[in-house]
Amino acid sequence: MSATLFGLMGAALVGIGLFGMLVRTQVLLRILSFNLLGGGIFIVFGAVARRGAGAGFGGDPVPQAIILTGIVVAFAATTLAVALVLRLAANQDRS
Amino acid sequence: MDWGLLPVLAVMLPVLAMVLALPLGARGAERMTLAVLPIGLALAVGIAVVVQRTGAPIWHQLGHWAPPLGIAFRADGLSAAMLVTTAMVVAATAIFARAEFGTPPGAAERRQAFAFWPLLLAIWAGINLLLVANDLFTLYVGLELLTFAAMPLVCLDGSRATLEAALRYLMFALLGSVLYLLGVALIYGATGTLDIVLLSQRVTGQPAVVLAIAVMTAGLLAKTALLPLHLWLPPAHAGAPAAGSAILSALVIKGSFILVLRLWFGVMAGQPMPGAAQILAGLGAAAILLGSVAALGQARLKLLVAYSTVAQIGYLFLMFPLLAAVPEASEVAARAWTGGVVQAVSHAFAKAAMFLAAGIMAARFGHDRIADIGGAGRAMPVTLLTFGLAGLSLMGVPPSGGFAAKWLLLSAAIGAGQWWWALVILGGGLLTGGYVYRVLAAGLRAGEKSTMAPAPLAWSRDGVALGLALISVVLGFLPLAAFGLLQVGRLDLAP
Repeated sequence: MSATLFGLMGAALVGIGLFGMLVRTQVLLRILSFNLLGGGIFIVFGAVARRGAGAGFGGDPVPQAIILTGIVVAFAATTLAVALVLRLAANQDRS
Repeated sequence: MDWGLLPVLAVMLPVLAMVLALPLGARGAERMTLAVLPIGLALAVGIAVVVQRTGAPIWHQLGHWAPPLGIAFRADGLSAAMLVTTAMVVAATAIFARAEFGTPPGAAERRQAFAFWPLLLAIWAGINLLLVANDLFTLYVGLELLTFAAMPLVCLDGSRATLEAALRYLMFALLGSVLYLLGVALIYGATGTLDIVLLSQRVTGQPAVVLAIAVMTAGLLAKTALLPLHLWLPPAHAGAPAAGSAILSALVIKGSFILVLRLWFGVMAGQPMPGAAQILAGLGAAAILLGSVAALGQARLKLLVAYSTVAQIGYLFLMFPLLAAVPEASEVAARAWTGGVVQAVSHAFAKAAMFLAAGIMAARFGHDRIADIGGAGRAMPVTLLTFGLAGLSLMGVPPSGGFAAKWLLLSAAIGAGQWWWALVILGGGLLTGGYVYRVLAAGLRAGEKSTMAPAPLAWSRDGVALGLALISVVLGFLPLAAFGLLQVGRLDLAP
């Protein structure tokens, strides 16, 4: 039951994030939307892990490992995007 | 003898070189890159020879853990061909880039040079990983590595326009990879594995998997820049330094394209989706026609070449409905598959040559306005010849590699009873001829001598660009049997 609930929540987050990424024009909002979208996907992955529980584990460890890796990648992507935005802003100030 | 380590080494070598190059500084990174180029090329050729000889994909389980618990590397004919292409184009651009990003003895090290060489190695590593990984999540990691390495290459000169282009590229790419990741979650939830070979046996058309493939394809199209999602490509590829543009246009977009192939004809092997494939090829046809028309109207040389990339990407997607319409083991399917992959390979060589030639011209004139490149034919005949030869291959004039690709696709389209794609291929060839002619005609006009920088640039640059263009033409002379390599390990052929 809780897995279904979390899955639906994840789906809702994915929807909100996707909408934000496609519709917003401000870069910072798009980066935040990207993070919402990513967060939604990780929750869906968590629900998948929960459904695959077995052999005495509370959840399937493979999706959990994937979530961890995914968070690292999403964090790296966010920092890269923010660094680029900062550089662009600094460039605008100078000219 | 066990050849399984070859694909692993092909991925490890550029990664290790990149990590070691970082503390060495610009001069050390340059030396490191040039030192690993021949080794990487030898590894790629070795993989191709082994795959060709044994007639079976090279297979390696990391740590001897078998999927679904472990992760496997698998190098089939497609991987082998693309590995060799990647190694050759990377080597050529590295030699070319020495004039721009090299640090001559005695000169101070520059930041751009220090950024360029590790990024080049990182792109090489990312593409190699995408080519040999057999696990959907490992492929995701490769996809992200490739994006993170390619994005800074776009804004290497740090001007405002290139920073904006890079940001736009990053946004498209992030959306693409996050959609891909969503698909990975859905597929794992439905089937319990991410290994492509296992998936090809387990997938029976579950709705969740079909949805996942749709979402992932949409994401990957954004990264490959197929027509409605191509908006980021022209400013990004035209703004990068010449060597960067060559790598981005020739190789980086092919990485995500290969992944689409793996999804449609690996994961979904035996589950053809003819309707969806028609849509995909329809987008490809629109890309060919609109991209070529846009290229015809460009005033600047690098933008023209970038729009030409948008158009040539379209050809890659024509193979999908042809493969979906006929039985997997048929002659027509083999022709469509070979045609699509040869198009990817010949476009890689031709487009790299074209961007390098455009870069040489832009450096010599100090601008790249097509209207003002008169006199190029007299001042730099080799450069213009390079541009023309690469153009011949893009047009599909025999006996070039582009001709082989387009001929195979054309005959497959007729064989599959889908003649309308044949019309698109022919029309696209004419339009390509139009924009290549525009550049050649402008270049062959007499121009004022005074507009040109007096000192000739390094001869090695012209040689490298010409070499790439010649390879793209010579591909057409390969006997058809050599293309048999590409059929090795096609998952839709597996029993």
